[in-house]
Amino acid sequence: MTVTKADVPVTTASNEPAGETEPVGSARSERLSALVQQHGALAVLVIVSLVASFSFDSFATGDNVSNMATSSAFLAIVALGMTFVIITGGIDLSVGSLFALGGVLAAWGSRHGTLVALLLPLLVCGLIGVVNGLLVAKSRLAPFIVTLAAMLGARGLLLAITDEGADTFLIGKGSVLAELGQGTTLGLGNPVWITLALFAAGAVVLRRTRFGQHVYAVGGNEDAAALMGAPVARTKILVYTLSGLLAGLAGALNAAWLASGVTILGNGMELEAISAVVIGGTLLTGGLGYVSGSLVGVLLLKVIQNVINQIGSLDSSYQQVVSGAFLAVVVIAQTWLGRRRQLM
Amino acid sequence: MAEATLPTAPLDRARVLQWLQTYGVYAGVAALLVVNIVITPHFLSAENFRTQAVQVAPVIIVALGMALVIGTEGVDLSVGAVMALAASVTALYLGYGLLPALLVVALFAAAVGLANGALVALVGVQPIVATLALMVGGRGLALVLLPQLKDLRNPSLASLGSGDIAGIPYLILIAAVLALLVAFVVRRTTFGRQLLAIGDSRPAAQLAGLPVRRVLILVYIASALLAAVAGVLATARLQASDPTSLGNLMELSAITAVVVGGTPLTGGRVNIGGTVAGAVLIQLLTATLIKHDLPPSWTQIAQAIVIVAAVYAARGRGKR
Repeated sequence: MTVTKADVPVTTASNEPAGETEPVGSARSERLSALVQQHGALAVLVIVSLVASFSFDSFATGDNVSNMATSSAFLAIVALGMTFVIITGGIDLSVGSLFALGGVLAAWGSRHGTLVALLLPLLVCGLIGVVNGLLVAKSRLAPFIVTLAAMLGARGLLLAITDEGADTFLIGKGSVLAELGQGTTLGLGNPVWITLALFAAGAVVLRRTRFGQHVYAVGGNEDAAALMGAPVARTKILVYTLSGLLAGLAGALNAAWLASGVTILGNGMELEAISAVVIGGTLLTGGLGYVSGSLVGVLLLKVIQNVINQIGSLDSSYQQVVSGAFLAVVVIAQTWLGRRRQLM
Repeated sequence: MAEATLPTAPLDRARVLQWLQTYGVYAGVAALLVVNIVITPHFLSAENFRTQAVQVAPVIIVALGMALVIGTEGVDLSVGAVMALAASVTALYLGYGLLPALLVVALFAAAVGLANGALVALVGVQPIVATLALMVGGRGLALVLLPQLKDLRNPSLASLGSGDIAGIPYLILIAAVLALLVAFVVRRTTFGRQLLAIGDSRPAAQLAGLPVRRVLILVYIASALLAAVAGVLATARLQASDPTSLGNLMELSAITAVVVGGTPLTGGRVNIGGTVAGAVLIQLLTATLIKHDLPPSWTQIAQAIVIVAAVYAARGRGKR
């Protein structure tokens, strides 16, 4: 049984595209496609930003850049956790709900001090992540469905805490928590620094630790990873826990930034995070991905939103059209590049 | 059918699970009906049944298309956006009459389905990403076409939404006819067999010379068309076009109905009766909790538990 399962991903991966089967390119073209896959989004980000700063006087100003950075920070933290999950070949739809839940819990807990305000969302959202991980890894349920259920459940929990959305919890001005969200250091908002630190840590964990190796191995070929002695179940549980923790933390920081826990936040955030991760070069099939790419993906989405806002005549609904079209283009490019690499 | 051939062996766990997989959703619906008849006042009224059925009809219609897509081991996240798009387009073209407006809606939906299908079948993009792009872009387009809620005053649209034949609302009749049609397509046509074969194993279907690309594209077009029908019907019932909130989270309701109804996400099997029952089960569950003044938070948590329980019962089923 294990043997047949091991065969399945390999055959589908190589047989699925029915096109040209012979490796066309040399090692150089493979390197090129790998380069585009990893840094293509960065190149697009640079071009879009350059064009935008020449086109709009208000784009490359300190205020606008620091606003964009802070508003990107929360999505970026969520996308970091999503990157780990997607590299293992899974998906986490619950992050939007956990983001909102984390924010409300932080605001509720802030009356008992900053420590409670930060620990409570981490504890609850981390626990939901553990449950996601257990159901995916131990019960072998589809991640899509498990995290979908968690998305509904967490939203329900959120409603229960806030008296069906009627209560709004505020975070007192001048508290340490408020400072964490609203303060700035060296001209950039504190959430931006926290995000950068988390991404640095995430990159180290993914590239330099045994756990990181396991994440790639599980996503590459689960059965091969198991045969080689990688703790598949534990790795999966850990990535969903990590994703829950980061979503909760992002929500708590966002609440600190807004000075209140807002119940309606986070709707559709899971899809934004997935988009950012995919745009950043991480394959949804698992086994290949970059933390840095996800950061670039988030920035790209936010810059595009900002540009559309700057074009005053364009309705904000164009944001969605452009984001959708952009995602489609990126994914088509990635699929072609990825297909060439798989065939080598 | 397995039950008929098996001798009455002692009930072991595997058989109980298998029974639950096949009939659990119907048992759930029956149990909820009985519970409601006993504990909910005024549950057994024609008015109540009519309300519940009219509410669940659009979900059923969308779930039918979703079941076809899931049968090919895909998923269609764009259905909610297509509903909103259908509402916007209906509102824009209603001035030319209902039928021309419906034709334009069908064209738009077919275009979205074609785009989904082309991304999945020709480019080889994963269904979840391909349809995610159209989910985001499609709702944006709906909003671009018609930025806000608009009241529609059209007698033929109004009668489509609230009319009935012999007391049975059009919405329910349309949902029932579409369910029978889709079940017929899955069970009795070559297209249905090809669809299931592709969901079972796409490489094998390719090797066997099946028209994999054509079937996949048609499946996504069918899903988009069904979602558009649901969008038009919901618009007709509201007598307003609401591009912002119409169809929100519909993709998840539809996927839930399909999965709870016993269709595995791994493709290769489609259970249309179960899908309809799955949608009804969730509708009844929500209605039960609401009628007993339990808050929406409970409803969502209960829904989450039902989903996990249903998938847990169905696990290991499907391929292999």
